[in-house]
Amino acid sequence: MSVLYDVPGPRARRRNLVFNVVFAVVLVAVAVWVLRTLDDKGVLNRAQWEPFTRGDTWTQFVLPGLRNTLKAAGLAMVIALPIGVLFGVARLSEHRPLRWAAGAVVEFFRAIPVLLMMVFASVLFTKYSTVPLGNVPLIATVTGLVLYNGSVLAEVFRAGVLALPRGQTEAGLAVGLRKGQLMRSVLLPQATTTMLPTIVSQLVVVLKDTALGGLLLINFVELLRTADGIKNNYGNVVPSYIVIAAIYIALNFAVSQIARLLELRLRRGPRASLAGPTDQMTPTLPGGTAATGAGIGPGFGGVA
Amino acid sequence: MDFSFLSDPRYDIWGAFWVTVQLTVVAALGSLIWGTALAAMRVSPVPVLRGFATVYVNIFRNTPLTVIIVSCSLVLSNYLGFVLASRDSTSFIKDNNFRLAVFGLIVYTSTFVGEAIRSGINTVPAGQAEAARAIGLPFTKVLALVVLPQAIRAVIAPLASVLIALTKNTTVAASIGVAEAALLMNTMVENESDKLVAVFLVFALGFVLLTLPVGLVLGYLARRLAVRR
Repeated sequence: MSVLYDVPGPRARRRNLVFNVVFAVVLVAVAVWVLRTLDDKGVLNRAQWEPFTRGDTWTQFVLPGLRNTLKAAGLAMVIALPIGVLFGVARLSEHRPLRWAAGAVVEFFRAIPVLLMMVFASVLFTKYSTVPLGNVPLIATVTGLVLYNGSVLAEVFRAGVLALPRGQTEAGLAVGLRKGQLMRSVLLPQATTTMLPTIVSQLVVVLKDTALGGLLLINFVELLRTADGIKNNYGNVVPSYIVIAAIYIALNFAVSQIARLLELRLRRGPRASLAGPTDQMTPTLPGGTAATGAGIGPGFGGVA
Repeated sequence: MDFSFLSDPRYDIWGAFWVTVQLTVVAALGSLIWGTALAAMRVSPVPVLRGFATVYVNIFRNTPLTVIIVSCSLVLSNYLGFVLASRDSTSFIKDNNFRLAVFGLIVYTSTFVGEAIRSGINTVPAGQAEAARAIGLPFTKVLALVVLPQAIRAVIAPLASVLIALTKNTTVAASIGVAEAALLMNTMVENESDKLVAVFLVFALGFVLLTLPVGLVLGYLARRLAVRR
């Protein structure tokens, strides 16, 4: 029971019922209108959906696209994690030049849209590298994702380390660990554990951002781009986008749920709250950083 | 480095960034309103509203913005005839694409605004809502007069992050041909690939200049307006 409203009495129950019915009617009306419009355009015809019942639509278009999406997201995450650790630790360094340099790099790449970085990387690798042209789309996409998410993860690790009790550092130093040892064997493992839900939800951001690889010059044939092939072959625009959106939603929803379960497991002791559990329970990132201004919790990655 | 393209009349860099700013401002206002409504629905005593808002947030938060904006154009507008501008207008395609991009940005960004405000509601102590109920306020007034004003002040910093993400997300509008910064940069790096780094730096600087003040101003406001407890 929420503390935001009283236990409904007879009048409130009647009123809530009216609201329920009115809103349900509106929703049903909208649904009917959408279905009718779709039907008018012939989208509900069997022929429009039939390609998705055949194996070759999946093996020729959808699955290769999905494989590319997963490949780009996986590569980006695997490369971005160590970079994030490196820059997160560098920003906590005692040496001012190192701290500032790492801070400048992180803030720069967090302030720029991923799409711009992908376009830049795409032209860079096409014109100024010996990378085989066929590999440029994947590499450009992964480069954009790594630059952005490496910076975000740097902030995540830094926030994780800063959120640890001071006693951890003091105890580590007291038993004679050097700075590197302290970071490696005391602070980072704990920071990684507390930030694990945030790191996992960053994977959702990465997965969603792979869809940018299909735009403009980048030309990476990921899941969204496969819609072009399907609709050009079968002329079924709407079903293609519905199926592809459903795959993205299922994938990301599953990853979000894993992040949420991790969060619930890590959180000790239930906390009374007004609106139920939300994404904002891990320590937020330190505020006041130049380009982003404020902490980001899981789920606040946004696309670009 | 050669920055001669800055004075090239073919490239209207100011104009492109102006479109980026317009997309950001209009989508931000829309997302703030719709996002607040979604948060209110999720904590309301009406189960259908709660269910609708929960399903909405979970669907659109997990869909790539690119999918949303491309579908707005190809599915909603071209296929189902949902247009946001007058077909007789001479600038129909331009206006329609701009508005569809704003629409898509609002659909997506409002889920993050809604979640931020809902987490703000959690920072308000239960006693506040209980006191408001004790003096006889109904749910709408408990929320509008007591809980939301405190909740929003608590989440200015996360909302600033959402706004900055939105500013960068406007580049996705390039996918449906809205003439904003990313589309212009795409054209320029194609034509001026020998000045690639210079072009990239100009556009990167543009986005740094757009997002930096937002972070600083809202960060200051967040500290000023925080509810002291």
